Amino acid sequence: MRNTFAETIYEAAKHDPRLCVVVADISPAGSMEKLRRDYPARFVNTGVAEQVMIGMCAGMAMRGLRPFAYSIATFSLFRPYEFIRDDLCYQELPVTVVGVGAGVAYSTLGGTHQAVEDVAVASSLPNMRVIAPCDPQETRAATQWCASQNDGPVYLRLGKAGEPVISADAQAFEFGKIRMLREGSDACVLGYGPILKLGMDAAEALDGEMSVGVASVHTLKPLDAQGIARVLARYPRVVVIEEMVPRGGLGDAVKAIAWESDATCSLRCLSLRDAFVHLHGSHADVLGAHGLSVSAVVNALRGAH
Amino acid sequence: MARIRPAASELCFDEESERVVEVASIEEVLENAGGLGITAEPYAGRFGWGTLIRLNGKPTLLTDVDHAAVQGAMAAKRCARYRRRILDISQRVSALHIAPAFSCLEITDYVYSALMRPADVFLMSKGHGCIAQYAVLEDRGVIPREEMDRYCTTAGTLGAHPDRGTPGIVASTGSLGHGLGLAVGMAYAARIKGEDCNVYVVMSDGELQEGSTWEAVQMAANLGLTNLAVFVDLNDFGGLERLSEAHPAVYPIAEKFGAFGWEARRANGHELASLQSALAGRCGGLPFAVVCGTVKGKGVSYMENAPIWHYRSPNAEEYRQALRELEANA
Repeated sequence: MRNTFAETIYEAAKHDPRLCVVVADISPAGSMEKLRRDYPARFVNTGVAEQVMIGMCAGMAMRGLRPFAYSIATFSLFRPYEFIRDDLCYQELPVTVVGVGAGVAYSTLGGTHQAVEDVAVASSLPNMRVIAPCDPQETRAATQWCASQNDGPVYLRLGKAGEPVISADAQAFEFGKIRMLREGSDACVLGYGPILKLGMDAAEALDGEMSVGVASVHTLKPLDAQGIARVLARYPRVVVIEEMVPRGGLGDAVKAIAWESDATCSLRCLSLRDAFVHLHGSHADVLGAHGLSVSAVVNALRGAH
Repeated sequence: MARIRPAASELCFDEESERVVEVASIEEVLENAGGLGITAEPYAGRFGWGTLIRLNGKPTLLTDVDHAAVQGAMAAKRCARYRRRILDISQRVSALHIAPAFSCLEITDYVYSALMRPADVFLMSKGHGCIAQYAVLEDRGVIPREEMDRYCTTAGTLGAHPDRGTPGIVASTGSLGHGLGLAVGMAYAARIKGEDCNVYVVMSDGELQEGSTWEAVQMAANLGLTNLAVFVDLNDFGGLERLSEAHPAVYPIAEKFGAFGWEARRANGHELASLQSALAGRCGGLPFAVVCGTVKGKGVSYMENAPIWHYRSPNAEEYRQALRELEANA
């Protein structure tokens, strides 16, 4: 996803001289290096200094530029949080804060590098929009949207590298609208980010047993409450999966929408645990330690508690 | 030949309207004088040097010394007026930081009256000093008088910290340690867009305790931002106590800027001539910091260097005393 992001921003920067990338000592992916080579003035590395990364982006946006602040999610969002709050959100500046490797993608690096509460934190900020694409194709569309908007700050939550494409057959990306990656009739998985692959795998595993739809809720804020309410009305069973702590994310929001829309479906919410797991292994290992796996999604789709 | 108060300078104070009248050049004055037999020529001789004006044959020498004296007197007069205005507001609304505003008044006035061109940017990083900026902006006609009268009321837009979108205000500051990073971004954007724009920042000494300030100081030097100038309002007080006593390692300040790749100079932050001299001595080629020695609460004896006046507003008797002192010092 980060490579797709870099390619997309490079292509966009060719046509829009306002686009800039400000990183905090993150080695640029291949295409980011192209941006640095071809447009050196529009690529800034602040070094290990995330507060000035955000502050600079705000100042640049005030002067008409469209900066992207880019680092590992814990460092692009948490470390300079108050700068995002005051400089970007309070002043409604069109800056995209990119969080790479969100969730537990940096599965060997420990809790310091795992942004497990980022969506909750970012969504709570007034004026902030939150987008979490599920695969490289959705990353391209989301990045293009971020590059073209002028309304205010966005938190763009990305995975790392090597995520498979799962949205090839989906409807077109539209900011603020959920999109079906796969249609079904018995149950539906709602989720965001690369973990949606677990939903796709679970749906496939259940082929012949039940018909499972999968929807990408790529825009977490503003949330497509109507679209989610339609899913809750249409499917007898809905499972939410998210690579985020249990509070303040999609699970809570879907429960609230279910209550408000008098939904009668059954609803299961799978998320990371409210814990730092202190386990070093593959991404799947750490997700497993949090209770997230294809079999967990399969069980939830079958109605297990 | 008499060496008299100049008939005109680049900035003239019109006593009647109490406003500064800007004059592009002495030639413009002469042109407007229209056929009165006025001539002007450069002069250097035993009376000094400057511009020699002859009005109907009677010579008057406009010297640079006179020029500076007139400018200094005008600045002092303006700042006394700003102090009175702020004191008046303090009798209607208690939500203001009066002493921190009084310490940066002359600096703010200087940046606006001497340095700022239309395309330049002023950023009050010490947001709690914004009433000083409001007073200057009101004087310059940017903030309407009636808006200033509605300060910190629901009918108005001006708050106790600056808010982006208010006339003359480019950034919402108030949380300390933000202004310099914003300024670095603005100065950098101006450079890569090819815009001729200087960014002027007034920051507090307390902001030098914020780590984010030093991130921005480093980046300004790394990026070679020669279009950035910072004025540190060094009143030696935080909200609670004296910096030199509680946090002496904040000092030395100019040396710290220098070590981070800036050009730094010191000035008396209440004296126009000292500020002018610091700027005149700028070598250029680096981001520029002027470490301005100031007095918190300057101009009102009981407010000076008394931490309580970071937040407090004077009561009626204190207000009257403050006005008497300003009057006496005028």
